[in-house]
Amino acid sequence: MTQTPLLSVRDLRVEFPTRRGILKAIDGISFDLKEGEVLGVVGESGAGKSITGTAVIGLLEPPGRIAGGEVLLKGERIDNLSQQAMRKIRGKRIGMIFQDPLTSLNPLFTVGEQIIETILTHLPVSERQARDRAVALLEEVGIPAAADRLNAYPHQFSGGMRQRVVIALALCAEPELVIADEPTTALDVSVQAQIIRLLQRVCRDHGTAVMLITHDMGVIAETADRVAVMYSGRIAEIGPVRNVIKAPRHPYTVGLMGAIPSLTGDHDRLTQIPGSMPRLDSIPAGCAFNPRCSLVMDKCYRDRPDLVQAGESRAACWKVSETEEAAGR
Amino acid sequence: MTSPAQPAPQPVVEVSGLSRTFDVSKPWLNRVLERSPRALLRAAKDISFSITKGETFALVGESGSGKSTVAKMVVGLLEASAGEIRIEGVDMRSRRQAGVEMRELRRRIQMIFQDPYASLNPRWRVDRIISEPIRAFKMESSEEAISKRVGELLELVRLHPRDGAKYPHEFSGGQRQRICIARALASKPEFLVCDEPTSALDVSVQAQILNLMRDLQDEFGLTYLFISHDLAVVRHMAKRIGVMYLGRLVEVAESRTLFKTPQHPYTRMLLEAIPDLEMTGKPRRPVEGEIPNPINPPSGCAFHPRCPLANERCSREFPQFRQVGDTGVACHAVEEGRTTV
Repeated sequence: MTQTPLLSVRDLRVEFPTRRGILKAIDGISFDLKEGEVLGVVGESGAGKSITGTAVIGLLEPPGRIAGGEVLLKGERIDNLSQQAMRKIRGKRIGMIFQDPLTSLNPLFTVGEQIIETILTHLPVSERQARDRAVALLEEVGIPAAADRLNAYPHQFSGGMRQRVVIALALCAEPELVIADEPTTALDVSVQAQIIRLLQRVCRDHGTAVMLITHDMGVIAETADRVAVMYSGRIAEIGPVRNVIKAPRHPYTVGLMGAIPSLTGDHDRLTQIPGSMPRLDSIPAGCAFNPRCSLVMDKCYRDRPDLVQAGESRAACWKVSETEEAAGR
Repeated sequence: MTSPAQPAPQPVVEVSGLSRTFDVSKPWLNRVLERSPRALLRAAKDISFSITKGETFALVGESGSGKSTVAKMVVGLLEASAGEIRIEGVDMRSRRQAGVEMRELRRRIQMIFQDPYASLNPRWRVDRIISEPIRAFKMESSEEAISKRVGELLELVRLHPRDGAKYPHEFSGGQRQRICIARALASKPEFLVCDEPTSALDVSVQAQILNLMRDLQDEFGLTYLFISHDLAVVRHMAKRIGVMYLGRLVEVAESRTLFKTPQHPYTRMLLEAIPDLEMTGKPRRPVEGEIPNPINPPSGCAFHPRCPLANERCSREFPQFRQVGDTGVACHAVEEGRTTV
């Protein structure tokens, strides 16, 4: 690779030590994010998608800890930085958007105070300039009468408006990367569409890369360039969004896509993946998906598959490896 | 929806003019001192629909549209402020006089709730949870027959009879929802009200529960009132769909018709707002605004501040619900034939 990727995650492992043993929440994931790219991270609850996000920005809640691997931002390691050094990166170079806009804003300060404080912390500007910038940002994210709304408290905004404020807050120091963790899950369908479009627009305008974490394949299809499908703390499949959605390779992705009720087709039954995601204390040996997989082979119980190239995507599945080898690739 | 040409099957559930108002006023003293008027929240207003036997009717809408209020009124968990609910011709309000008949009605209507974590008693074993309706309605007499029936019910929802000895916390979300379904089926009901039964579940688990619900419907001829905010789920499950906005039904249509030719501007907006999984790349019209506060709904048609087709009449006059072919719709623009911006 000639160009250094913006974000590079190499064999990242996250563990939670408990009295009953060590739980592996993330077990060796690697991916790259190019500048200005939108990477979707999708999976069901417990797949480890949010943990991946928090590990990248160094906000893992103890006792959770990074047990191995590297996180590189433009070629520099950031996973081993001190809290002090990490705080300079967080907000400045990596912005964050969380699921619930009410908990990510401080209810005791006005929206203006929060945005201006963040700008002053990260950018060398005067208070006056910071204020102007805050107004411009709020206007950009579509808040009417932005100058007046600076003096409003978070509870005076509706859910959708609050999420707009959070987006403005995440972008106020011109970060290179925004990590958005389920940014639209708490919102209604009609408002969700507005927020997705907004996030897409402002990130394109600012050239910001986005790591979009969600359980909603529809949101990914609309927004992302590439998508990583996670299962049990591993990446099951990663590739260009169109390939993964239209021609999924990993049996889990195939099942996941079939399980979503369609808006156009006429299916009497939905594809059903039996069972549910294993708990962290009982991840099966070999491929973690083996108890639920319809294509399971002996090898799947023994060895854990790694990602192999399959067309433009990469999938971690022995069946896919077999098919690819048979095709002579 | 009875058409004169062919005699339609007798509806199991008939709801007409159903309304519910909540008093959200401040306490009396505050009202006197601050001279603030009474505040009323119209959670549901003039809701009418009917469901025929074995059919699934869905109510869809965003949060605050009043879908859950309607569900609670239909099962009798919430008193209606006005209007009528008839189950197989029996008026639900008259049940108070006839105790036996009311018991029988209650047995025939059951409910499945959204949150399978909150709707199961954590201190009861699963077999006790499921056997409660059997005991309450005295459906079996001997303990032996009860435990046999509980085992059958667990198998019906694809769990193992041995699971009855466990507590709810030992199950995953999807399995818990299966337990809720088993409990609902324990009294051999004919009509199930399902309030967002899969909203708390992951997609792959949601697919299992939706498939199970359809299998059970085929097996027992169940009638469903299905409440959801997810249009794709509703389309998959329901034969007919009612779209709600701020406490009112704005459109009622056959599922297929609704998705192919939506009439009401709100329905069209909702359909446009769904992320496009087919990746056709068709441009989507941006959706404007958010649901207003239901305590002070806009005048006239409640949707007019967000509606691209709104004119002066819409802000003044409330649109009546009118039947256009098989579709019922409450919109001045549709009535006047103004359908493009």
